[in-house]
Amino acid sequence: MAYEKPLPQPTAIDAPYWEYLRQHELRLPRCQECGHIFFPPNKVYCPSCLSDRLEWVKLSGRGKVWSWVVFHQRYFSSFANDIPYVVAFIELEEGPRLMSTLVDCDQGEIRCDMPVEVVYDDITPEFTIPKFRPIR
Amino acid sequence: MAQMTLYDFKDKVCFVGVGDTNYGALYRTKDPRRNQYTLGVEAFKAALDDAGLNKDEIDGLILVRIPSYQLFADMVGLRYLRAANTFRGEGRMSALAVQYAAMLICSGLCSTVAVVYGNDGRSVGATYGGEGEGSSPYDVLYGMTSPGAAVAHMWRRYMHEYGAREEHLAAVATSNRRHAGLNPKAVFRDPLTLETYLTSRYIAAPLRLYDYCLINDGAVALILTGAERARDLRKPPVYLTATATCTDLTFFYTVDDFFRDGVRRCAEAVFGASGLTHKDIQVCQIYDNFTPTVIFGLEGASFCKYGEGFQFVQNGRISLGGELPVNTSGGHTSESYMQGFGLHAENIRQLRGEAGDRQVPNCQVAMYICPAPICAAHIMTRR
Ligand SMILES: [Zn+2]
Repeated sequence: MAYEKPLPQPTAIDAPYWEYLRQHELRLPRCQECGHIFFPPNKVYCPSCLSDRLEWVKLSGRGKVWSWVVFHQRYFSSFANDIPYVVAFIELEEGPRLMSTLVDCDQGEIRCDMPVEVVYDDITPEFTIPKFRPIR
Repeated sequence: MAQMTLYDFKDKVCFVGVGDTNYGALYRTKDPRRNQYTLGVEAFKAALDDAGLNKDEIDGLILVRIPSYQLFADMVGLRYLRAANTFRGEGRMSALAVQYAAMLICSGLCSTVAVVYGNDGRSVGATYGGEGEGSSPYDVLYGMTSPGAAVAHMWRRYMHEYGAREEHLAAVATSNRRHAGLNPKAVFRDPLTLETYLTSRYIAAPLRLYDYCLINDGAVALILTGAERARDLRKPPVYLTATATCTDLTFFYTVDDFFRDGVRRCAEAVFGASGLTHKDIQVCQIYDNFTPTVIFGLEGASFCKYGEGFQFVQNGRISLGGELPVNTSGGHTSESYMQGFGLHAENIRQLRGEAGDRQVPNCQVAMYICPAPICAAHIMTRR
């Protein structure tokens, strides 16, 4: 069955992010001057010190649920069958936060600050997106 | 030239005209000719009449949400203005547009400025979320969209940090609705009970239908001028006694301090500049695109401590007759979603004594607070 949800839209700047994900690696830019690691990877200058010396650093893939919501409203037709679906705001161990979702987890067991780890969802042959599951 | 400070700005600019639309009537009717521009013209005309001004006395025009100042200027026949521009259709812009108008007046670039906001969201089926609504391409992969869901994330986190529960928000929603019942122009005026609130559907849990702003049609126009000129006009002047902004700009609308630190800086600035204190505030309008922001705003502005806002809003304290009446027109969840402009209009009317059944007695000092990526606060007064 075709994947109908929104797909990543790689740009010349964040293409490596998606390519690393396809290889099941979660990497984000790290500033070689000040060490800052940031999300989203849509920048060519470090937002902390404005250096352009960035490298793609491999992350632990661990983090925690900073917060989470459950969508009951239909905003996207491609998510209609998933309602009610979870969106979690994940705080990675290295600091950056990103929106994602949780898998292998009942809605009733989700808690703020719950430890999670990344799982790689190969949504199409071209794209893999990061999701998270509880660390048990 | 000496640097101008916030203190020099004090009481130099007044609101002299306010005009808006009948939100309830617009909600119940359709008109194919209705759009942001025609609504804006209606409010502009009402504001001129309110101020007792001729349109040709307006020499500055600031539009918000209405996309083209040129089209609008043509519609109202204002060809030779000394300033004209458009601000984005975001709630945070209402206070900024007022500040911009005040700066134009203080600097002498303009004498009398109209700020006009129009919204035809109901007619055009606005959703404030979903595809093509400006959501982050990184977020939509998971179906994440809308400022409401971003605030829902913050409210969930707030509940976790402070032990608040979902039903604590009901106090905000039901207070807004009680106030709207006293406002003939409000969209929703029927009483909202705790039971109805708690059985209403979730939009993005933990937020429910009644925690969300309305999507409705309407417009608001505010006319500002210098204090000297203001004293000669039809209505008692409402002074922009102090105003301040503090941005909180990150990639996400969800921020870990719930916009409180930005609001705190704004509140410290306006209390400092005005010489007024929390006890002087008789009525307060807080930008409530979603009900949690009322709690965040009260904490940010130090009406209570961080983590105590969910208790502060209980037991009628923020309702008319309470210690600090908040969103006395019904706010964005019950009167109208005019992205902060209706709240400005309400403060002006309260200070003039024109608020009818919802009037705060002898109202002399009012506050506006916006907890958002651009936080802002005003203190508005009358003499
Ligand atoms: Zn750096």
